[in-house]
Amino acid sequence: MTVTSMTTGHVDRAAARSRMSANPWGLIRRGLVYVLLSIAAFVSIFPFFWMIVGATNTSADIIKGKATFGSALVANVSTFFAQVDVLRIFWNSGFIAVVATALTLIVSSLAGYGFEMFRSRVRERVFALLLLLLSIPFAAMMVPLFVMFSQAKMVNTFAAVILPTVASIFIIFYFRQATKAFPTELRDAARIDGLKEWQIFLYVYLPVMRSTYAAATIIVFMNNWNNYLWPLIVLQTAENKTITLILSGLTSAYTPDYGMILFGTVLATLPTLVIFFLLQRRFVEGMLGAVK
Amino acid sequence: MLYPIVWSLWMSFQVGKGMNLSFGGFANIVRLTKDPVFLRALGNTFTFFIFQVPIMIVLALLFAVALNDSTLRFRGFFRTAIFLPCVTSLIAYSTVFKSMFATDGIFNQALMAIHVIGGPIAWLGDPFWAKVSIILAITWRWTGYNMIFYLAALQNIDRSIYEAARIDGVPAWARFRYLTIPMLKPVILFTTVISTIGTLQLFDEVYNFTAGNGGPSDSTVTLSLYIYNLTFKFMPSFGYSATVSWVIVVLVGILSFLQFLIARDRRTS
Repeated sequence: MTVTSMTTGHVDRAAARSRMSANPWGLIRRGLVYVLLSIAAFVSIFPFFWMIVGATNTSADIIKGKATFGSALVANVSTFFAQVDVLRIFWNSGFIAVVATALTLIVSSLAGYGFEMFRSRVRERVFALLLLLLSIPFAAMMVPLFVMFSQAKMVNTFAAVILPTVASIFIIFYFRQATKAFPTELRDAARIDGLKEWQIFLYVYLPVMRSTYAAATIIVFMNNWNNYLWPLIVLQTAENKTITLILSGLTSAYTPDYGMILFGTVLATLPTLVIFFLLQRRFVEGMLGAVK
Repeated sequence: MLYPIVWSLWMSFQVGKGMNLSFGGFANIVRLTKDPVFLRALGNTFTFFIFQVPIMIVLALLFAVALNDSTLRFRGFFRTAIFLPCVTSLIAYSTVFKSMFATDGIFNQALMAIHVIGGPIAWLGDPFWAKVSIILAITWRWTGYNMIFYLAALQNIDRSIYEAARIDGVPAWARFRYLTIPMLKPVILFTTVISTIGTLQLFDEVYNFTAGNGGPSDSTVTLSLYIYNLTFKFMPSFGYSATVSWVIVVLVGILSFLQFLIARDRRTS
């Protein structure tokens, strides 16, 4: 029985579907799966819809639960632009996120590549230590980091926001896992052809691992663009604040103007949405490589 | 990386205000056990952890298994839709949820329309419902993220194993329990540990939902929020806040260790 089942293992889609519909229980189960997924998709998407609709409504309508498009968009946009130096704030957020993402990808992918490609006696021990550090919450390092940066007179600079995020252990771990799937024959062939290590990394490893880089870019960019607690601590003057800090400030008002704020959240969500849809095709591929 | 960690460990034994610190031995640890806000924060953090992590992991697994079926229509749409909440910033989504949870807001109206509740719930004004709203919001934000890890792992499992089990008459739930779960165990462990760390460090959502005070009446204050308040809001006492941070480190350590133990037990039995 098991032998025949192994040989007939690969059933094509049409056959699987017809067998499903032949069995009433399979049909019901299938229906339940669609219902479950549709509810999940609706619940996932609804807040996005709510956010966009909210941007066109007055604050009073929003807290009364009005879920249809209103006519307050122009008013919301002008209040937002009047209260927030939009260009400046987006420049701050964008600069921090782009520089931090680039640096993180360079540092962490080099580290991940190094961990997997070079044999050394202490390699596993250093890596285990890194994983241990991953479990130390940011809250534990927040105070000493702040004292360190204030002694270095770097409080309220973008460098202070970016530097602690650059050596991301999570991303190093991710790159090391993904590098396990990188064919070592490619590296050996390149070595025989006389390429230097940095050339192998740049011309062989990088192009092969582009899905991994795409997935990492999404994760790192989102983390940095959305980073909140650390910028809240180190960025102290209004002209240096990022969009997340500004939105949070507007929300904590006693009677927040939701229409204007929801317009701001639409603006703040757009860049990560665009990056996600641009790189989405590679994203699942990249994740696949890392979990192998 | 190591330097601030060692420093904070040293600082957790210091007492005093501002930068005037002196060595206080175990004074901070004694203070912890008598600090009502700390105990509240510890309890709240545990409540969030105990309810939120299992709900999210189970939902994520369920969606991943459902989406892994190659005969399913609209897979791409469902996958993208469920992952989409992850692209929002913690602040943006907590603002959106805050406006949805308003007493006359859309959430109450929808629940009343389908007769789940009789009258409006003061989601953010009531100590119990404030916790529920935060758990709902976090689950919305992170389920898709965990689902992607499971989906990636599921696609590496050889389909012929499932075909074999199906033909041998193994029912669907047993295939899930005895094939899928064991094969996904490393990924489940990884996501559980990551989620545990995330929940124990919960800050952004609570800070934003409650305008920074962990209200109503400290019912949603978390350890991270308390550390922030100790350091940057109240009279700064770096030593004591470092002690509270190390409570999180120890908790993460203990919980991760327990999770590793549970995962290993299942393997041997």
